[in-house]
Amino acid sequence: MSERIREKLTLLADAAKYDVSCASSGSDRKNENKGLGNASNGICHAYTEDGRCVSLLKILLSNFCIYDCAYCISRKSNDIKRVAFTVQEVVDLTINFYRRNYIEGLFLSSGIFKNPDYTMERLVLVAKKLRTEHNFHGYIHLKTIPGASDELMQAAALYADRLSVNVEMPTKESLRLLAPDKDRDDMLKPMQYIDKALIQNQEEKKQFKQAPTLAPAGQSTQMVIGASPETDFQVLYMSDYFYRKMHLRRVYYSGYVPISYDNRLPAIGTPVPIIRENRLYQADWLMRFYHFKVHEIITPDAPLLDMQIDPKLAWALRNLHLFPIDINTADYHLIMRIPGIGLQSAQKICEARKFSRLNMHHLQQIGIAINRARYFITTSDVKMVKDYQADQIKEFILNEGKSKYAPNFSQQLKLF
Amino acid sequence: MQTVLYDASFEGFFTAVFEIYEYRISQPDIQREGAAAVSLFGNTHTVHTDRNKAGRVIKKLQEKLYEDAFRQLYWSFLSAQPGIENTLFRYTRYALSSSQQITTDYSNADVLTIQQTAKKMGREKHRMEAFIRFQQTKDGLYYAVVSPDFNVLPLISRHFEERYADQRWLIYDTTRKYGIFYDLNTVSEVSIDFTTSPQDTAAIYDEKEALYQSLWQTYFNSTNITARKNMPLHIRHMPRRYWKYLTEKKPY
Ligand code: SF4
Repeated sequence: MSERIREKLTLLADAAKYDVSCASSGSDRKNENKGLGNASNGICHAYTEDGRCVSLLKILLSNFCIYDCAYCISRKSNDIKRVAFTVQEVVDLTINFYRRNYIEGLFLSSGIFKNPDYTMERLVLVAKKLRTEHNFHGYIHLKTIPGASDELMQAAALYADRLSVNVEMPTKESLRLLAPDKDRDDMLKPMQYIDKALIQNQEEKKQFKQAPTLAPAGQSTQMVIGASPETDFQVLYMSDYFYRKMHLRRVYYSGYVPISYDNRLPAIGTPVPIIRENRLYQADWLMRFYHFKVHEIITPDAPLLDMQIDPKLAWALRNLHLFPIDINTADYHLIMRIPGIGLQSAQKICEARKFSRLNMHHLQQIGIAINRARYFITTSDVKMVKDYQADQIKEFILNEGKSKYAPNFSQQLKLF
Repeated sequence: MQTVLYDASFEGFFTAVFEIYEYRISQPDIQREGAAAVSLFGNTHTVHTDRNKAGRVIKKLQEKLYEDAFRQLYWSFLSAQPGIENTLFRYTRYALSSSQQITTDYSNADVLTIQQTAKKMGREKHRMEAFIRFQQTKDGLYYAVVSPDFNVLPLISRHFEERYADQRWLIYDTTRKYGIFYDLNTVSEVSIDFTTSPQDTAAIYDEKEALYQSLWQTYFNSTNITARKNMPLHIRHMPRRYWKYLTEKKPY
């Protein structure tokens, strides 16, 4: 009995791991009636040896699938062992892991068995059981299966904190090539439906306090990077579309891990594009938290992000005419755009300068990366750094070897 | 320099602050009783914790500071870092003498130290909330043993009470030799007599406990992507000193 469960867990966790989302934040579900669990800021309870956060029990309900997406390990034509959890098995694992403080909740996805409705129904059933039979208030993330009925989508939103459908391929063309059974519009449809439902729900909540909250942590999606030929420009414009038009909370970028000898895809052994993935996340942060517009980060005539330096530094070097910025007088929104100064430091600077004029020493104490910032700022004691060219500054910064991510990726770098 | 000795309690500290003003001690060096070698030369003032005196200082500070600043003071105090009392005292003096809110004056070294110490405490609190692993005993108690870098049990108690409202749990700090226990109603501090320490731990745990531990290990290993292996990052997020608690890091 326990060996059967172990085998399923091994296979179905393995098949689910390429979905990089593991966030359990963005919800504010309270523990009610002395039940089990709550969901607020999201805690990483462990980190895998690849350094990724483990916060949810992330599994497939089943790896049976009627589709044949080339980039997916569960594709119909792949010769692998097929298994499926029962609804009760998933519920038991979730509850028992949760009670031991291993996880924040459940992220349940599935291969598509029989048909979309049949699959979605079972995903919803797991969530419903957890919420209604076990009084469980931890985090639940459900995959929405393209093609499932609106009623099932609605039910999923009622029990889950977050819903997601992965578009996987940044463009229609790649999707057609690599996932011939899937139609792009079919993937966007559930996203649109949920988006409308969530907006409507917010209106209802304003009028009736008692109205149930639908998917408080909203929607997310994932794009696979490096399996198809899209540029960063195409990827980031897609993200921008998702954020603005679909109000997604997160877009995930998953560097393609070669799993197939299919010649439409990078060969097995091709390194995972970890640096590129990382630069995309940095660009994504600039859009979500630093108020950068997508066209400030990337343009059609230079459609690739600089792999050597982060996109914020790259932006600053393209816009040297805006610098130096005076730490003691500039607007908060400009301060946060200075390379080497993060959001928290920007805030601290703006608070601290109300008390005294800030000098380099103050900035160092506050914890900003002086070796980057110094080319872009004026402080009370340092008036203006020499007039360097963008290339020179880049050179200096690179030579200091302080690229925050360089040490971790040196192995991959050597491969390039 | 005059050494001011107090009993290591939060109220004791604020009694000390009160008396430094009361007796006009101009160069105080606040120390915990028994913690430091008392200066042979300067004279020593020993504080007797007085709720009334402490309360007066605390009240004044709460009027002067944002709520969050007072939290920072408390958390820094719990850090028990060498010399933190003197930093806290200077911070308090600055706060009381200033006509404006000083909480965000990061150009002041003491304000910055308090902010950073509180942040360090916050990090340890967060790590405990993440890395504590409960084991279920035969009588349904969920039990965890920790030895955090700082005294954070007072800070994590609420998190666990809110989350695990329907299970009895006990978290024990082996460094500071006390625990917090939730009995389905309230959390209380407990001390345990380990003289009869049962080594045959298997006997006290629920029959399913070993199964779920090993399933968790199975999950932890299966969810890893070997093609992305990055041990430095792994260790930065999960420093080795925490591994001893982690079910997923135990040998099978
Ligand atoms: S539908 Fe999903 S599970 Fe099935 S092959 Fe495509 S990506 Fe894989």
